[in-house]
Amino acid sequence: MEARKIVEECEDILNDLEFTSVREWKARTGGTVVGYLPTYVPLEVIHAAGALSVGIFGGGDKMEIIKGDAFYQSYICHLPRSTLELGLSGRLDFLDALLSPSLCDVVRNLSGVWQLQFPNVKTKYIDMPQNFDQEVGGRFFISVMKELALLLESLGCRPVTNELLRQSIILYNENRRLVDALYDYRAEAPHRVPTAELYVVLRAGLIQPVEKSNETLANYLAAVRNRGAKPLDNVRVVVVGSFCEQPPLNLIKTLEKAGCYIVDDDFIQIARWFRRPVAVDGDGYRAISEAFLSASRPSSSVFEGDKPRSEDLVERIRDRNAEGVIFAAPSFCDPALLDLPFYQEALDRLGINYTQFQFSENTGQFQTIKEQTGTFSDSIKLWSEA
Amino acid sequence: MSDQPVVQDVVKDESMLIQKKMLDGWYREIGSARESGRPVVYSFVPGNLTEFILSFDCVPVLPEINALHSGMKKMSDGFILEAERRGHSEDVCTYVKCDLGMFLGGNLGPYGKVPPPDLLLLSYTGCFTFLKWFEALKKVYDCPVVMVHTPYQDQGVITSDMVEYLVRQFESDLIPALEKISGKKFDIDRLRSLLQESKRAEDDLVYCFQSGKNIPSPIDGFFAGVYYVGPIFTAFRGTPECTEYYRTVRREIEYRVANKLGPMTPAGTLAEEKFRLVIDGTPNWTDFRDFWKIFYEEGAVFVASTYTKVGGLYDTGFRHDPDQPLKTMAEYCLNVYTNNSLPARTRLMEDYIRDYHADGFVFHSIKSCNSFSAGMLAMMRELEQRTGLPGCFIESDLVDSRYFSYANIKNRVESYLQMVEQKKSDRGAA
Repeated sequence: MEARKIVEECEDILNDLEFTSVREWKARTGGTVVGYLPTYVPLEVIHAAGALSVGIFGGGDKMEIIKGDAFYQSYICHLPRSTLELGLSGRLDFLDALLSPSLCDVVRNLSGVWQLQFPNVKTKYIDMPQNFDQEVGGRFFISVMKELALLLESLGCRPVTNELLRQSIILYNENRRLVDALYDYRAEAPHRVPTAELYVVLRAGLIQPVEKSNETLANYLAAVRNRGAKPLDNVRVVVVGSFCEQPPLNLIKTLEKAGCYIVDDDFIQIARWFRRPVAVDGDGYRAISEAFLSASRPSSSVFEGDKPRSEDLVERIRDRNAEGVIFAAPSFCDPALLDLPFYQEALDRLGINYTQFQFSENTGQFQTIKEQTGTFSDSIKLWSEA
Repeated sequence: MSDQPVVQDVVKDESMLIQKKMLDGWYREIGSARESGRPVVYSFVPGNLTEFILSFDCVPVLPEINALHSGMKKMSDGFILEAERRGHSEDVCTYVKCDLGMFLGGNLGPYGKVPPPDLLLLSYTGCFTFLKWFEALKKVYDCPVVMVHTPYQDQGVITSDMVEYLVRQFESDLIPALEKISGKKFDIDRLRSLLQESKRAEDDLVYCFQSGKNIPSPIDGFFAGVYYVGPIFTAFRGTPECTEYYRTVRREIEYRVANKLGPMTPAGTLAEEKFRLVIDGTPNWTDFRDFWKIFYEEGAVFVASTYTKVGGLYDTGFRHDPDQPLKTMAEYCLNVYTNNSLPARTRLMEDYIRDYHADGFVFHSIKSCNSFSAGMLAMMRELEQRTGLPGCFIESDLVDSRYFSYANIKNRVESYLQMVEQKKSDRGAA
């Protein structure tokens, strides 16, 4: 299938704020639907229980916020407003449960707001361990996952056996392998993998069964490899900071039109959470836990320990042969904004170019960002050493 | 008539003078820690593990307390601007910026020079920003960090897995870290004896706060409450000094109850209690006295507050248990106010409103503090429905005075109290 056709189908899914495909899945199977917020939840456990996981990453720029704004002050980011709007307008009435990862206090408290507003919907906070010893943090994380499995059973899902979990791990390992393959290919041939397309394909995958997502990713990878596109004289950049509230698609397009190839980013971290496959032998919960503790990509919400996150950023810049960094954080985003000065100090020490701006998921005006980014890319082309 | 408040002489209870002496002593200990050879441990108020720190003869330092005192002494604005000049966003927590700005200026705080830490005890309890704060301090001080992750009570329940996780962290990470910097072996009996004192002080602390159920209330459970929690939330829980302090406070309050006296305010004893209120949210520190004045000038008393539970929630029954030292420290951390779910916090407010015979309630939303503030509007709606009482929503910040508008807050509070007055007389007529 042609890449463009795949992307169009994915875009339809992404733009459908009624989540028609999810409703159809539920009507067809009678199954349980579990929504989750950014950045990480153990999807394998949900799949093993026979439920469908649905990434709820805000309402984007296609939805007017009416009720959601009444719940949040002006100095709180946009994600909880649009998520509540989706809920209060009935667009999420198919949800049987909502999972909130330990991302920040806003998402944490959104879990509580959801309990107050939708008392018939189960909620669970996925408390990511901040201790990385398997016998300490690992044991705790296993208990969190087992509680999740019990919650799903209480909703009528099948018990999670080790074999079921193993099979789910295999599927999600394949999903992550395909995403990594796309990211690697994008870095190799960014003219063939526009980020605006890749992003749409990944986002749609969060709303589909993983089996379907794997098929879509494989088809898209094959299609882009066969694409005959000419490279442009763009600069290679890494985009950092947009791991929770997502940028509008037009913002990503704006960056690309302003002379940038995005060769790495932290959009949709859950799709690339682990650096290596989760083990498929032995106890499945332990395998996921071990992968979490030892093979997670750095996240602003997980304790960096002895290795500053900025070191990982520099490694990514070098691995992807990037020429600069765009810090694109949502307004009022504590995890992203608190990291920013330290990232910038690290880049200053190494003489790596960067620029920064803030956005919200429903930013509608991109001219300023286009000019800023265009100037940034031009300055790299004109002034950086060959 | 000007809307600006008139500065008045402050009138203080004996216990407040004792506390000032205690805090002055603490700051002297901090200032002389290097000379005395006592290791300095930075940590946080929610989930503060003071007994552990003291059992190793270390000196606790609480950057939040430095920040709030900086606010009260009008130093915080300068620190914040310095941090913002160095690239820290306007949108992030002003406690963090105040602390980083203070560091950038040579660590000269409100009570003198603050020594660098030998250990950052990242008690990750009830606030996401704590994690980023100590990640930042690790970079500027280049010293070890020990992470103690307190799981969040999202369902309003403490599970055995949560307790076990904390206890394992104490055993595998915290105790070895404290042993290393202090050169002392962990003495569980010493910890037990500190916890025994903690329990005594907690009983008197709860008496103090529950005295707000009396009519008139002998205390303001928010503004004055800040002073009541000072010793137990900072460096003194587990010490005989702390126990004696709370005995003194209890005697003062027993006297006030027996004589039907209202609370002390900076202008003296409140003569007439007109409005009984409950409040959620932290105080503003830069304009603390003016903020308080807005309420006491109207005869409004905070009979209960949630902020005074941020360093420990005791009035639902928890006490430190010296017979199970590690388990009890874990339960203490899990139980602090901001580690409770929003529904549990709402229930607590509802209980306070009913049990303390409140006429209304206030939400003070703080720009810097998402842990408290994100979700307040949902809590307010819920409480209005459950109690039938009106809520008041006001906004400012912790230590950035740019976000405190005296006129705006006074105007809103006055309108609110007029509404409360009207509803009270409607109920009286009915």
